[in-house]
Amino acid sequence: MNLAVRDIRHNAGRFVFTTVGIGLLLMVVMGMGGIYRGLIHEATLLVNRIGADLWVVQGSTRGPFAEVSRLPGNLEDRVRAVPGVAKARRFVSHTVQREHQGKPLRIVMQGLSWPEDRGEWIPLISGRMLNQAHFEMIADVSLGLALGEKVHLGQDAYEVVGLTRGMVGSSGDGLGFFTVSDAQRIQFDTPGEAVRIERAARRERLAKTDIGRLQPVLLDRANGTSQSIPALAKPQVSAVLVTLAAGASAADVRANLAAWPDVTVYTTQEQRDLLVSGMVDKARRQLGLFRVLLLIISTVIIALIIYTLTLDKVRDIALLKLIGARNHVIGGLILQQSLIMGAAGYGIAWWLGRYAFPRFPRLVVIENEDLVSLAFIVLGISTLASVLGIWKALRVEPNTVLAA
Amino acid sequence: MSTPAVEVSHLRKVYGSGHTEVVAIRDATLSIARGEVVGMLGPSGSGKSTILTAIALINPPTSGQISINGTAVLDGPKELVNLRAFRRQHLGFVFQKANLIPFLTALENVQVALEVNDVPSRKARARAMELLDYLDVGARANNLPVALSGGEQQRVAVARALANEPSLILADEPTAALDSQRGRQVMELFAKVAHERNAGVIVVTHDHRTLDVFDRILEVEDGMIKERPLSQPASNS
Repeated sequence: MNLAVRDIRHNAGRFVFTTVGIGLLLMVVMGMGGIYRGLIHEATLLVNRIGADLWVVQGSTRGPFAEVSRLPGNLEDRVRAVPGVAKARRFVSHTVQREHQGKPLRIVMQGLSWPEDRGEWIPLISGRMLNQAHFEMIADVSLGLALGEKVHLGQDAYEVVGLTRGMVGSSGDGLGFFTVSDAQRIQFDTPGEAVRIERAARRERLAKTDIGRLQPVLLDRANGTSQSIPALAKPQVSAVLVTLAAGASAADVRANLAAWPDVTVYTTQEQRDLLVSGMVDKARRQLGLFRVLLLIISTVIIALIIYTLTLDKVRDIALLKLIGARNHVIGGLILQQSLIMGAAGYGIAWWLGRYAFPRFPRLVVIENEDLVSLAFIVLGISTLASVLGIWKALRVEPNTVLAA
Repeated sequence: MSTPAVEVSHLRKVYGSGHTEVVAIRDATLSIARGEVVGMLGPSGSGKSTILTAIALINPPTSGQISINGTAVLDGPKELVNLRAFRRQHLGFVFQKANLIPFLTALENVQVALEVNDVPSRKARARAMELLDYLDVGARANNLPVALSGGEQQRVAVARALANEPSLILADEPTAALDSQRGRQVMELFAKVAHERNAGVIVVTHDHRTLDVFDRILEVEDGMIKERPLSQPASNS
């Protein structure tokens, strides 16, 4: 006969309410672990999916995901010439926030080196990859855009030709994939007045120089677009992605590239580590502390309710001692109640989490190993929580039943 | 001659010390045979309950010896056996209130006494049911105590006391919470149990209407035990 179960059945209301409360707390603990996993997943998603072997970024920087990285657009040609490099792609990444249909729209823009990279590696749930050099985009569903919808960014409208799911940046905002040139066009879009002021300033500067005064035709050229002026550089890119040739040594290619003083080279794993240790680390510690606090609160709640249940049973415990029940029978009754409460709370947390976590605004990833480790933690805190009740029960004198 | 259910020799119990010293039992000696029902009378504060709890092995005496079923268990406060294990195997208890465990059914209240004595669950259940039937409460076996009348609860308590076939049953005012008819039924039940199951029974009581069921009556006064003839009218207690 299991005394713990029978007592729980007798105090079902109190037990159920407390257990649901414990379950909700444990769900938050579970969720926080999942949010951390989600942060890592989201932060490293692009790096994992884009299929680059090496990342060439601005010298002495940690790359576009950690800080501003600017490289000349023609760097990809230099990289392509390095032995062992099969493919080099320009990569542009930046976030824009614009108004779309009266609502703010935040897009983490990714520039793909079209036509080499049309987004074949992006897992589409509908539509197609980029088929033309301009005015097309692939959007994550979290952006709320529909297939065929046109989004005005800068001076142009971009049609959503493909939809993907779960492709978000480290901030949780949905990714939008464009060609590099479109991404740059959106990034460097300047209002007409600013362009006119810049051209006037350009003419002014030129007019003050000897070459400007001696070559009046240059003044006319200065009125043109930036792209028509050979002396001005093309817009810069965030990184150049390297795909190694079959059989090529990554270390050798990397050593060759790293010898260039204007760039820094990272492997995909290093880029991933930089993301995790930099952006996610503080969040991890923050969430970790919250988890510890919530576990302590859960322990205290279980301990208090078990202690209260024990106080309610003092006469019954005294009677059990009087009729000769051994200490392990009485201790076991309390320990089992604590474990049942912890286990039921854990079950509720897991069950509720299955429905609640997918509705969270940020991705929550619950790994099996996290579930197992939390189960052991709950086992531990339930055991710990029973100590107070067991201590009280073991101090009950059998003659208490006579005094009652 | 069979082994007595209990033998108490020169029992003395003193609470406190110095000027706060209270002598609860001066010098108590008694012997009760198995199959014998003994009533213990006495005014409040006379020491009845102290003697009973000392024999119940939950309130060790200051001095004196207690033997139960031929085994010396206490020599003054010195424990000669594992008292809890000894209680489990040799003693049964019935109180003024039935003291049933509220979250167990009538059947389980009896069953638990057997299971703490290492009787396997299935066997314990069958034995508990047999006892409830013996005490005419088998029909209420699956009811929680709250659904039982006072008399039924007390019968279940008696069944629990009998569960491990103890050599000695100790009852502390078991009829105090019952009306006279039910009180008498319970007292007759003790007599039946003692005679049919060969257990010694000590009943502390104030109920003089049921004294005729006892084989012997002991009177406790000022911590001393006196045997009273069965025909003698009750003193003012």
